[in-house]
Amino acid sequence: MTALTPEKAPPLRRPDEPAGQLTIVPHRRPWRLVAGLAALVLAAQFLHGLAVNPGWDWPTFRAFVFSDSILRAVGTTLQLTAYGTVLGFALGAVIAALRLSGSPVLRTIAWTYVWAFRSIPLIVQLVFWFNLAYLYKRIGIGIPFGPSFVSFGTMDLLGALGAAVLGLALHQAAYAAEIIRGGVLAVDAGQLEAAAALGIPRFRQAWRIVLPQAMRGILPNAANEVVSLFKGTSIVYVMAIGELFYQVQVIYGRTGRVVPLLMVATVWYVLLTTALSLVQYYVERYFARGSERDAPPTPWQRLRAAVTESKEKRA
Amino acid sequence: MSGDGATAMVEVRGVHKRFGRLEVLRGIDLDVRPGTVTVVLGPSGSGKSTLLRAVNHLEKLDRGYVRVDGELIGVRADRTRLHELAEKRILRQRQRIGFVFQNFNLFPHLTVLENLVEAPVGALGVPKARARARALELLERVGLADKAAEYPRRLSGGQQQRVAIARALALEPKVLLFDEPTSALDPELVGEVLDVIKDLARTGTTMIVVTHEIGFAREVADTVVFMDGGVVVEQGPPAQVLDDPQHERTRAFLAKVL
Repeated sequence: MTALTPEKAPPLRRPDEPAGQLTIVPHRRPWRLVAGLAALVLAAQFLHGLAVNPGWDWPTFRAFVFSDSILRAVGTTLQLTAYGTVLGFALGAVIAALRLSGSPVLRTIAWTYVWAFRSIPLIVQLVFWFNLAYLYKRIGIGIPFGPSFVSFGTMDLLGALGAAVLGLALHQAAYAAEIIRGGVLAVDAGQLEAAAALGIPRFRQAWRIVLPQAMRGILPNAANEVVSLFKGTSIVYVMAIGELFYQVQVIYGRTGRVVPLLMVATVWYVLLTTALSLVQYYVERYFARGSERDAPPTPWQRLRAAVTESKEKRA
Repeated sequence: MSGDGATAMVEVRGVHKRFGRLEVLRGIDLDVRPGTVTVVLGPSGSGKSTLLRAVNHLEKLDRGYVRVDGELIGVRADRTRLHELAEKRILRQRQRIGFVFQNFNLFPHLTVLENLVEAPVGALGVPKARARARALELLERVGLADKAAEYPRRLSGGQQQRVAIARALALEPKVLLFDEPTSALDPELVGEVLDVIKDLARTGTTMIVVTHEIGFAREVADTVVFMDGGVVVEQGPPAQVLDDPQHERTRAFLAKVL
């Protein structure tokens, strides 16, 4: 152990000396280059396979991807997603509000709902709703346990599509309720205190102060749910509803061309999920206002910034 | 300084508050005359913030009552008992009691101007244009007219607290309550907030200020109240309480903070 005395210490060059243009050379990373090249080769192999392997059967893909039956099926899928999302999140918001309320009865009901609908597999629920007419032939509105004023045949009220929407929405509501509740709980308690101290009415507190801030926590999870529901609609094929996956199955059942038709479904699912992700990005950006010192740049702004930067470097 | 309820802007009588097993307020009586500044001092845990929050019913009381400008806050009285009011009524009462928090609690998703307009429009139903004009006046008064379009997080702590004071003033309150308004600020920003409060004191705003700023108390307070252990130990003009305290506990506290 020899301590470095000031005499023994190596002399430090001061940065202002002539040789002290002390620029820093970045560390070289050769393995990063190797790994990158290897990955590119693998990717090229895969793309090459897509192009030349006759098993993908691109002519059949082209024949069906924009066919009427597929487009109609995409429409049905979107419809199921839209109804499931809107009804699911509307009911979810109500359940979240009950869960956060002061009444122990309402809180318990909300908790029970979430517990039940998260416990039952969606597919079981769907088949159950589809067979609702077996339990209740007619559904009416009237005095509880007493006579009813109007009544409908269950099958008229709830066709296959109706049953599917009902099932998806009820299932979605359980998850939506928890997501919304999580977002609301994440809002600083001081915000509610400030609103209460200012005497802002209760509903306005929730709508103007709490929800916009809760949205930041709700949105990423909600978008996950919408995407997951969008793909999850394929499960209603069990009810013989002509959504995308069901339709694809019908066609390859007839033609025997499984792979290209699965690709038709895949491409549509990927395209529409990408569109949803884009929407999500901009909605999140809107609700992030005031939250960071500067709003994050959009992908477009980022691209333009990168281009100008590289131009400046070259100049 | 007590017992003369008829002329008090804020009248606190026999207030008790318990959190679980801890009794935070153990019988508080206090009168604040209109147009005066009352500064509440005391060690942490003495109940001074709870008392302040009791005045606008952010804390429910176990016993006792608070009147502001003669009106019972949060309760109504019949011959034998006090009954808690519906939340709607309490919210309406709070509109006339301004409250400034230690952590500002500005609404981060609204601009400075929107923060000031929110309560007058949403709670009092003031027309938007008038609320905006009034908000700009108030921002001018706290020296932040140029920040109207900014979001709160882009402001310094001192600026945020000045906005919070303007937001409280936007409802034209009868009394302003400050809960340690400078405790969350960097030392160099304390002055600008205290200056705004001093300016309000000069214009005759009734205020109760919970703070640790003894210098501010000496300069601005009409009455200094010293609390400890959930009771008012002593109160009086600053010259008396700060320079010639009668109680051992007051002396011990002042010796530590001065």
